Amino acid sequence: MAGGIKKFVVGSFDDEAVLFPAVKNVRKAGYKIHDVYTPFPIHGLDHAMGLRETSIHTAGFIYAITGTTTALTFMSWVFTKDWPLNIGGKPHFALPAWIPITFELTVLFSAVGMVLTFCYLCQLSPFVKKHHFHARATDDLFVMAIECTDKTDDAEVQSFLQKAGAKEINIQVAETGWWIGRYDREQKLYREEKGY
Amino acid sequence: MNNQFELPASYKKWTWGLIIAGVLALLYGIIMFHPFAPAEHGSGNYSSTRFWAVLLQNSVYWLLVVNASMFFICVTTMAMGGWQIALRRVPEAISSVVPILGIITFLILMAIVWGGRTDIYPWLDKSVVAKDAILNGKSGFLNPKFYTIWSGVCIFMWWILGRKMRSLSLETDKNGTMDYETGKKWIWKNTVWASLYTVFFGLSVASTAPWLWLMSIDAHWYSTMYSWYTFASTFVSGMSLVALFVIFLKNKGQLEYVTEEHLHDVGKFMFAFSVFWTYLWFSQYMLIWYSNQPEETKYFIERIGTAEKSGPYHGLFFLNLVLNFLCPLLILMRRGVKRNWTSVSIMAVLIIFGHWIDFYQMVMPGTMKDHAEMMPFEFGIAALFIGLILWGVGKYLTSNPLTAKNHPFLKESMIHHT
Repeated sequence: MAGGIKKFVVGSFDDEAVLFPAVKNVRKAGYKIHDVYTPFPIHGLDHAMGLRETSIHTAGFIYAITGTTTALTFMSWVFTKDWPLNIGGKPHFALPAWIPITFELTVLFSAVGMVLTFCYLCQLSPFVKKHHFHARATDDLFVMAIECTDKTDDAEVQSFLQKAGAKEINIQVAETGWWIGRYDREQKLYREEKGY
Repeated sequence: MNNQFELPASYKKWTWGLIIAGVLALLYGIIMFHPFAPAEHGSGNYSSTRFWAVLLQNSVYWLLVVNASMFFICVTTMAMGGWQIALRRVPEAISSVVPILGIITFLILMAIVWGGRTDIYPWLDKSVVAKDAILNGKSGFLNPKFYTIWSGVCIFMWWILGRKMRSLSLETDKNGTMDYETGKKWIWKNTVWASLYTVFFGLSVASTAPWLWLMSIDAHWYSTMYSWYTFASTFVSGMSLVALFVIFLKNKGQLEYVTEEHLHDVGKFMFAFSVFWTYLWFSQYMLIWYSNQPEETKYFIERIGTAEKSGPYHGLFFLNLVLNFLCPLLILMRRGVKRNWTSVSIMAVLIIFGHWIDFYQMVMPGTMKDHAEMMPFEFGIAALFIGLILWGVGKYLTSNPLTAKNHPFLKESMIHHT
């Protein structure tokens, strides 16, 4: 599924103390940050990038009450309508006995649902490939990709990143969405420019 | 010390107003209920029982609530927690009320035990114990001497270990900023005392004290969950009390380093321990419901009643669950609610009231049977204890700096965010 081919100015930083002011300055200058790729989660970076609060916990709550209702309706149907059994002389509608199972299903639904939602939102799945802006983003570099439009002056962005303290700067034209298949050098999903 | 906090006039007005209302209620009780008349059984006159049962419920509840804040300090110290330093003086101030409430509670317990209140504690009646195999078997634990000694030891230990923790904190104000080595030694000393407190807390609040003070009202019945349940109940109320005082001081322009991030964490404690309380409540209930042993279900029949006839505590029993489980669960779940000063205040008041109700339904069915009342007298005695807490906390807040500015972890608390 193509998200479209776009042009990016990519700056790589080797220090998170440099990255934070850089993110702030880039946003202040009005450039659009596509994303920042880091080797480890950085506390407060989402806030600095101005990302909105995730709504995954709302989804989690909805999954949880789905689990609760599933468990309660299923058990009450089984034990009162479908196959009533006399268990230790307890009433058929034995709510206290169902609470642990209701709790377990609540947790199960919300946990599994949230994991799947997270994978969907981040476009993570087996066999799904996405463009890597820099291989060292999984090792020791903090990689910031700035999205360009027709009107963006690449050279200006590059010198801006240079001033902000980026160690490596380049321009990449890349697929923004995901695709199923392999990373194929022949596909030329991005081309290298300016002799980099 | 130049910027010492001074209590606003409204605080003093509330403190004395509540104490005066409480003393009036107490006087009313002494005059109307003949508390020193001998315990009567089966005469239908429950007024003297009511006096002692209400005092027992309130004194134990409020004592354990203020004591919970020292437990909070000690466990966060042992966990090397840093976020709470900005507000640490608040639980310290609350725990400074432990000696006052401790002495009052001890006097009340002694009056009950040595005054032969068999209507409160059936095991005080020697003739009953002699005929009763179960009570006879428990008499090594449930006897006035052991009760007196262990109650005294508990309150005394909370007092002195808590005082040590507070004095360790206060001495940093005089000694100035610590270098690395001194700071390390000081943190270690804190950890040792906090561990001693926590171990003793486990031996008292989380086990023996609720057995002696509350569970022995229903002397035949027992539950291994009971003390944890009591602990969870008072700890969540204790955190709510901390939240209320933090919000109050923040409103008065104090606690400069406390932000909504700290409030969020206190709110999380309120949320999490409400759920923990429910977990224990349910575990206790379900096991008894499931096994259906007459000697165990008796406790719940006294409260809920049976399928044929619902008991007088029926409504209260379920109100307890609504106030202490459903409300905190559904309202405190959202992030924004825990970061909002107003909503946390409302929830804190709700939780403290809810667990007061919880203690009410722990004490009353075994003592007052079907004749429990919730009239101005009950609320008046609660007002007396709240007034005493306000007075004691106010005294600590006005005589000590509100930020432990030389604590080695203060920086961690200042930059804390969740």
